[in-house]
Amino acid sequence: MIRVLTPLPVLLPLLGAAAALLVGGRHPRVQRALSVAVLTAVLAVSVALLLLADSEGAAALSVGGWPVPLGVVLVVDRLSALMLVVAATVALGVLVFAVGQGAADGDEETPISIFHPTFLVLIAGVANAFLAGDLFNLYVGFEILLTASYVLLTLGGSAARIRAGITYIVVSLLSSILFLAAIALVYAATGTVNMAQLAVRLAELPEGTQLLLQSMLLIAFCIKAAVFPLSAWLPDSYPTAPAPVTAVFAGLLTKVGVYAIIRTQTLLFPGGALDQVLMWAALATMVVGILGAVAQTDIRRILSFTLVSHIGYMVFGISLASTAGLAGAIFYVVHHIAIQTTLFLVAGLIERQGGSTGVNRLGGLATASPLLAILFFVPAMNLAGIPPFSGFIGKLGLLEAGIADGGWLPILLVAGGAVTSLLTLLAISRVWSRAFWRLPAQSPADDTSDAAAAAAGPDLDPGPLPDPAEQDQPAGEKEPVGATVGDRAEARRAAWERHTAVATATTPTTDGFGDDDERERPLRPLPRVMVASTTAMVVVTVGLTALAGPLYGVAERAADDLRDRTPYIESVFVGGDVP
Amino acid sequence: MTPTVVLPVVIGVLYTAGVYLLLDRSLTRVLLGFLLLGNATNLLLLSAGGPSGLAPILGYAEAEEMSDPLPQALILTAIVITFGIAAFVLAIIYRSWRLVRQEVIEVDEEDRRVASRSDTDADDIDPDDLAPEDRPAMHDDTFAADNDIERGLARYYSGIASDDIDLPPTRGRKR
Repeated sequence: MIRVLTPLPVLLPLLGAAAALLVGGRHPRVQRALSVAVLTAVLAVSVALLLLADSEGAAALSVGGWPVPLGVVLVVDRLSALMLVVAATVALGVLVFAVGQGAADGDEETPISIFHPTFLVLIAGVANAFLAGDLFNLYVGFEILLTASYVLLTLGGSAARIRAGITYIVVSLLSSILFLAAIALVYAATGTVNMAQLAVRLAELPEGTQLLLQSMLLIAFCIKAAVFPLSAWLPDSYPTAPAPVTAVFAGLLTKVGVYAIIRTQTLLFPGGALDQVLMWAALATMVVGILGAVAQTDIRRILSFTLVSHIGYMVFGISLASTAGLAGAIFYVVHHIAIQTTLFLVAGLIERQGGSTGVNRLGGLATASPLLAILFFVPAMNLAGIPPFSGFIGKLGLLEAGIADGGWLPILLVAGGAVTSLLTLLAISRVWSRAFWRLPAQSPADDTSDAAAAAAGPDLDPGPLPDPAEQDQPAGEKEPVGATVGDRAEARRAAWERHTAVATATTPTTDGFGDDDERERPLRPLPRVMVASTTAMVVVTVGLTALAGPLYGVAERAADDLRDRTPYIESVFVGGDVP
Repeated sequence: MTPTVVLPVVIGVLYTAGVYLLLDRSLTRVLLGFLLLGNATNLLLLSAGGPSGLAPILGYAEAEEMSDPLPQALILTAIVITFGIAAFVLAIIYRSWRLVRQEVIEVDEEDRRVASRSDTDADDIDPDDLAPEDRPAMHDDTFAADNDIERGLARYYSGIASDDIDLPPTRGRKR
């Protein structure tokens, strides 16, 4: 039974993508219904796979009937089934959101119908990566999802997206090449790419060779997972894409990298040679990422930086190389996929409601749309790790595992994790207090008034327009003859004051919200489908808290399997005789 | 079969040249660098298969004389992937050229804003208040020469020249 279901999470979206492409141009409604139906089926299959894998243990399918070390193997164990379930849930939520957004924007009339097929291909790639039983198939899974993500990220081809897309594409290409080269070296050293076989053969290699192969694979995966020194591409490329695309990227793509790191560290290289390095990387990822988030003023960029930062928690759990640490990391991956996707969807709603995602431009959203406020508040507190939400449970599990380890470095990481959690709360509550709580009258245009500046703190005051460029440019180089630095600064300041004066003059100070032409467009009702899907995702994240007990149980059993390694190997080579 | 020194040397040269090109600002060179890196990796896969031998066809050669077929299958897959992605990157390069009439990676305005440690939201700045060289690319009168080109192009292709910038995120437009 489990073997029949195994290939479906890959096959269904691929076939669905082909069908969606066929019907796309003429029957957009059919296309939307089709993609939603396909992803619902994938979700059902994934849940069945998880239940079966949890009760019967891991299973492997030799695709095409080739005997095991020769053909492609798909392996389902507790970890991959769990990841599939979360991925399918998130993908379905995002797809419904995208359908709602498309309907609201009148996308039926566009000649381009590639969003749905590409989205399905992306999910097929993600599923393939989770199920892959050999390194090369993992590479193919990565390539499928990356190629789809290139298209989704540059959808529409506007200047900002092309610029962001190029960064993303070049970085991804580099990591793929590195991964492929690592596969070549692994094959040269061991003569196989089958992961179960590698688990046995890699251990027989000299230590130096093992270290080289392990570090090459880890670097490739760390780029994809956005672990600190290799994470700069992420906040640069994610925020420009359409809301549903950013949401699914943030939730899923980096976690595929984390999944690959888990496999590498537990199945292929259980010796723990690079655990120390990973711990330092985890610490740097957490702290540097969250400091970036605190410095931002755009909700999407804040969320992108918290995404990077919280990857650090997962790497921390993996690097502990204990069952408790791995269980914490797996639970945290599940929690974080759901929560980060939800928050990006909410950011999409905020942009629709407020016309911007810059926290300095937003205000009074809590009164304007209480539902939106709740939708933001619940997952935001969850992300920051406020009890009783799943974020708290995941962080607590990881911190406990760190303390149980007892070394000084894990303890340092525990401290770093606690600080990161607090700083996340700071970053998130700044969004909350500015975009939601601040009275509309205090919002941007009035920032220059003394009352608002005094009430909201000094950093709301824009002050004179700062201009570092003019300090290091020699006077007169690019200016008309006679202009000096001082003149230019003076002119700038005058222009800025003129600018703000105009803005203040056009803003009514009484109610302040609802009738200014530029910022305060009349409030549109948010499209129902978008709100409904976001609400459903919020319910899912709260559900993770309610179901935390059984979920943590699955995570612990999965971590046991990973540490043990034999369930995986014996599912591929029945009887455990590895050739 | 003696090991050959040619293959490792070629792989090394390709990697070197590929990395060098990848670091260039020009997107076409980046693409060429990616292609070189891809080919270097394919050769690495080939050399991972051990010494060369006869075609691995049953009945044509003995098992001991055959070359390893698996790396060849992997290389074929990798070539197809590289090919597809190269086509996509070419399309992106063309699009980038259409948008800004240059195919180098642009200065990231967001980075410059962060570097300037400004408390101001980028959205709040009116480009007209900035000095010409600080204005975002393609803002009207960014560079005088650009405007001449713009006007010239607008004469020839009425309605599409600068109209392509910043399509709204999801809204389709009919032409």
